[in-house]
Amino acid sequence: MPNPYGYFPGCSLKGTGVAYEESLLALFQLLDLPLAELDDWNCCGATSYMCIDECSAFSLAARNLALAHKAGHRELLAPCSACYLVLRKTQDYAERYPGIAAHNGHLAICRAIRVRHPLEVLYTDLGPERIRKKLVRHWRGGRVACYYGCQMVRPYAEADRDCDPVRMDELLGAVGVPTVDYSLKTKCCGGSLTGTTHSVGLQLTEILLNEAARKGAQAIATVCPLCQYNLDAYQSEMRRASGKRPDMPILYFTQILGWALGGDLASLGFRRAISGRKTIEQWFTKDRVEKEAYVR
Amino acid sequence: MSDRNGAVRIGVYTCHCGANIAATVDVKALAEFAALLPNVVLSRDYKYMCSSPGQDLIRQDIRDHQLNRIVVASCSPHLHEHTFRTALKVGGLNPFYFHMVNIREQASWVHENKAQATRKAKDLVCAAVRRVAFHQPLERGRVAIHPDVLVVGGGIAGIHAALTLANAGKHVFLVEREATIGGHMAKFDKTFPTLDCAACILTPKMSAVRSHPNITLWTYSEVTKVDGYVGNYKVTVLRHPRYVDEDLCSGCLECLEACVCKQAKVPDDFNLGLSKRKPIYIPFPQAVPQVPVVDPETCIQFKSGKCKTTCIAACGDRHAINLRAEAKVEQIEVGTAILATGFQTFDARRTPYYGFGKYPNVYTALEVERLVNASGPTAGEVVLRDGRLPRTVGIVHCVGSRDENTHRWCSRVCCMYSLKLAHLIKERTGAEVFNFYIDMRTPGKGFEEFYQKLLNERVHFIRGRVAEVTDWVFDASEEGKLVIRVEDTLAGFVRRIPVDMVVLATGLEPRADAPEVRRLFNISCASEGFFLERHPKLAPVNTFTDGIFLAGCCQAPKDIPDTVAQAGAAAAEALALIDAGYVETEPNTAHVMEEQCCGCKTCISMCPYHAVSFIEDIHKSRVNEVLCKGCGTCVAACPSGAIRQNLFEDDEIFAEIEGVLSNA
Amino acid sequence: MQRELKLQREADLEWARQVSQRPGCEGLFSCLQCGACSGTCPLSIYMDFSPRRIVALVREGFRKDALSSKTIWLCASCYSCAVHCPRQIHIADVMYGLKREAIQDRLYPARFPIPVLAQEFYKMVRRRGRNSEFWLVLRMALRSNPLILLGMVRTGWNLARTGRLSLRRERIRDIASLPQEIAPREVA
Repeated sequence: MPNPYGYFPGCSLKGTGVAYEESLLALFQLLDLPLAELDDWNCCGATSYMCIDECSAFSLAARNLALAHKAGHRELLAPCSACYLVLRKTQDYAERYPGIAAHNGHLAICRAIRVRHPLEVLYTDLGPERIRKKLVRHWRGGRVACYYGCQMVRPYAEADRDCDPVRMDELLGAVGVPTVDYSLKTKCCGGSLTGTTHSVGLQLTEILLNEAARKGAQAIATVCPLCQYNLDAYQSEMRRASGKRPDMPILYFTQILGWALGGDLASLGFRRAISGRKTIEQWFTKDRVEKEAYVR
Repeated sequence: MSDRNGAVRIGVYTCHCGANIAATVDVKALAEFAALLPNVVLSRDYKYMCSSPGQDLIRQDIRDHQLNRIVVASCSPHLHEHTFRTALKVGGLNPFYFHMVNIREQASWVHENKAQATRKAKDLVCAAVRRVAFHQPLERGRVAIHPDVLVVGGGIAGIHAALTLANAGKHVFLVEREATIGGHMAKFDKTFPTLDCAACILTPKMSAVRSHPNITLWTYSEVTKVDGYVGNYKVTVLRHPRYVDEDLCSGCLECLEACVCKQAKVPDDFNLGLSKRKPIYIPFPQAVPQVPVVDPETCIQFKSGKCKTTCIAACGDRHAINLRAEAKVEQIEVGTAILATGFQTFDARRTPYYGFGKYPNVYTALEVERLVNASGPTAGEVVLRDGRLPRTVGIVHCVGSRDENTHRWCSRVCCMYSLKLAHLIKERTGAEVFNFYIDMRTPGKGFEEFYQKLLNERVHFIRGRVAEVTDWVFDASEEGKLVIRVEDTLAGFVRRIPVDMVVLATGLEPRADAPEVRRLFNISCASEGFFLERHPKLAPVNTFTDGIFLAGCCQAPKDIPDTVAQAGAAAAEALALIDAGYVETEPNTAHVMEEQCCGCKTCISMCPYHAVSFIEDIHKSRVNEVLCKGCGTCVAACPSGAIRQNLFEDDEIFAEIEGVLSNA
Repeated sequence: MQRELKLQREADLEWARQVSQRPGCEGLFSCLQCGACSGTCPLSIYMDFSPRRIVALVREGFRKDALSSKTIWLCASCYSCAVHCPRQIHIADVMYGLKREAIQDRLYPARFPIPVLAQEFYKMVRRRGRNSEFWLVLRMALRSNPLILLGMVRTGWNLARTGRLSLRRERIRDIASLPQEIAPREVA
């Protein structure tokens, strides 16, 4: 049994992003990649903590790194892009700015831990080829736009490159999903602005949805719970150029991969979707005659 | 250790250097101290030793007091060691009976405490006095300079340098890697700021090179080995086979027409892949030499051996085509070399935000130069890849330049060539043209006036570094176009400007093969990779290796006027050496005491200048005194202590150490 | 018509130097004012001062203008600016520092939701170690603009029916191990 990856869910994955956790755990189980949730993990601080108290923000994130180290993990997976960035940045800045470690009280920021995003883990540790070999269900859905968001690829381009990233496209392509040429792969969705200055956040999100549709996508795949929420929760308020309301499913890449690899439908969080429910039913959950869907 | 009369008689001179030394070092006390040192016959202090009266003092004292050693305590030897050695020579003494003490940079300029500065100066002078007693008379060597010159690179820099030297009566070998000379300039249509036709001013010079009796032109060739030293370089040149004999070919080009490949299929490098050529081709119509080249990678005869070889038939009685030709290796001897290897343009794929390689209508500036050129892939028409005429064009400045993420430097010519392209594009197509810049750099003669002209032509100038070129549309008015998103910093808002064509003003960078060329000729480069000049202001064409000079963009980005000026300067420096006839070598070289050498060869691998060679028949090492730079590595490394160095003998060094410690 | 004239006595250059010492802000004084940051920033079209102008203000020491802007609050920390900047200045980090100062000096409109959210988030995590989304949004709305809640009724219902709305008040066990600074502290 290989050493489990440390797993840092973050606050969103227990709330609005619960479908991400469900599908992530299901997918990693299908792939025999053990995940061990950090015991008593704390909030990473996201963008808000850094707006108030710089030293505490680093300390807060560092506590999680210390927990991971104590539990014997060498790698820590953070699926939420904001958590991933905060943890990675804390590590990087602690190395480059000695002042941070000096202020850090009883916690020494652990540089021995490797902070990784599950997209990069699947791509690097497994790779599209090995995933393709485990294919169980053939894709019967439409075209998907892969949306990477900003904090997973900037300023650290380790999970994927910042301009025109392709790893999600390749992983989904390996299970037969046709992806579109999407020019807004890493354009910011506005983050928490939809909750505070709603009209501004909404305009940013609308741009992403409209362009995906214009390029022929019928769904969007995401890697971050806040991006998924922004794209999913407000479609009823938006209008497309045609005057019609969009109704596009916003999926986590783990849901798509989990389905393709034969995961149990109830465990992939499809019922959590707000928009595009009919499409999701057609593509994923609706029963079909055996010989059509489950061809090996 | 003593002179003809048996005694060492030392004169010590302490310089005030105005207030530079005297303000921190107590020069009077120093002179008094020196007077009491062993073997010192005379000790003076003076305001400016390097001045004529200062030097006269030395000369006079040598005669009046029969001095046979001189110590001057003043500034850095880099500045005036030569001056004082000459003073000794004029005074009738061997110049190497001199030692210089640096009490300015090493004492006065690094101390604030006068007592400490004076104390250090005393220690240094004491060391020098002890050392100089052991100095031996030495002679400078002379190395004859072979009058032939090698010019590497046949662009405008190499061409101009070669013509200048050839006109001065020297024989020049001009070696060019490509099949034709002309370099990047041959690709341009018009040049800034006069809008001169590049070919019209370049081709006469190219023809002159071809027909000059003093120039041996070797194209499609490269330098593979350089041995020797200043004045006596032995260079190996590899001449790749063109498969067409230059002497027999008349330049009729009928073989091109006759080639069995009726359709050109090979991407044409000269046109940057915008058009295709056949396996037998000539780079451009005015190529020099006007001789075709056969490309063995794509020629059917080479790949399968089954071609009808209609090209050979078309050549007829001239029999110029020889598909069995082989590479030739030439060995030449030259005294000096001028490196004019030029530059390459920045690869725009490294700035992916601009979409080069992703969107077909994003071009680099050099590609657009070929578009506007009448002999280019579109016969001078500025058309997009699908044949449409662009209605709006955006020119993006500073691509790959002034950027910590790619290259920090400013490439100097891009603002001007962007203005030129803006003018040409607008003239040819009537399109609306936008130039996006950070700073407008137009310092040369006529450059500001050119900018004014462009402003009056109603070209848009937007001060803002383009953030991205994208195809996502904000509304229907942008459909089918590429959108440039930029902050118009002067007007004060962010703009989206849809264009049909984007032109990237890519910067200049050192060529990918520059490190290879550097190692061949043993010269240095600076951190950005351009070849390093000896001094940025006072010696811009010399390198730290004697006899090797630089011209053109291989040293730093520059435009054509500056390139030609620099090429002339390099030719002049070479001429100065050649006409002087010889170069004097410094005598502080190492030499092997052959009786003590055990033949272990340690010194040979240690020498950074490849100056030590092994003489097999006597099983001993020998130092080439002309190549030796006097670094001392072999002297220290020799396990037998068999190597000695002039001016750094053991007794001289130990005396210095004792002198420094004597006041401790 | 108001007079807009900046006098040198308003410029605080020592403050400018302090900002440049913060982690990520080193290249501040080498800024070319090229505008690449503003050109790429998705929020720049909503800001009163573009990111480039904020850097220009900070360098010249115009503290009050920079801290009172809406710009710093609209920054979503997407780091597009940092990646495009030819001087590799992390403008997002400059923005964070300015946000912290603005909160300490209370230089923002009293009920502006964004700084209110940041403060509620901070209080909640400081006390309990985790944030509970529902309660966080509730507190933020009540302290800034309760009308926000009206607009969120439908979304709230959608989240509730899909099981994404947790009413639990999350907390960790080992609260004592959380950083418990009395007052916010800067690294530099």
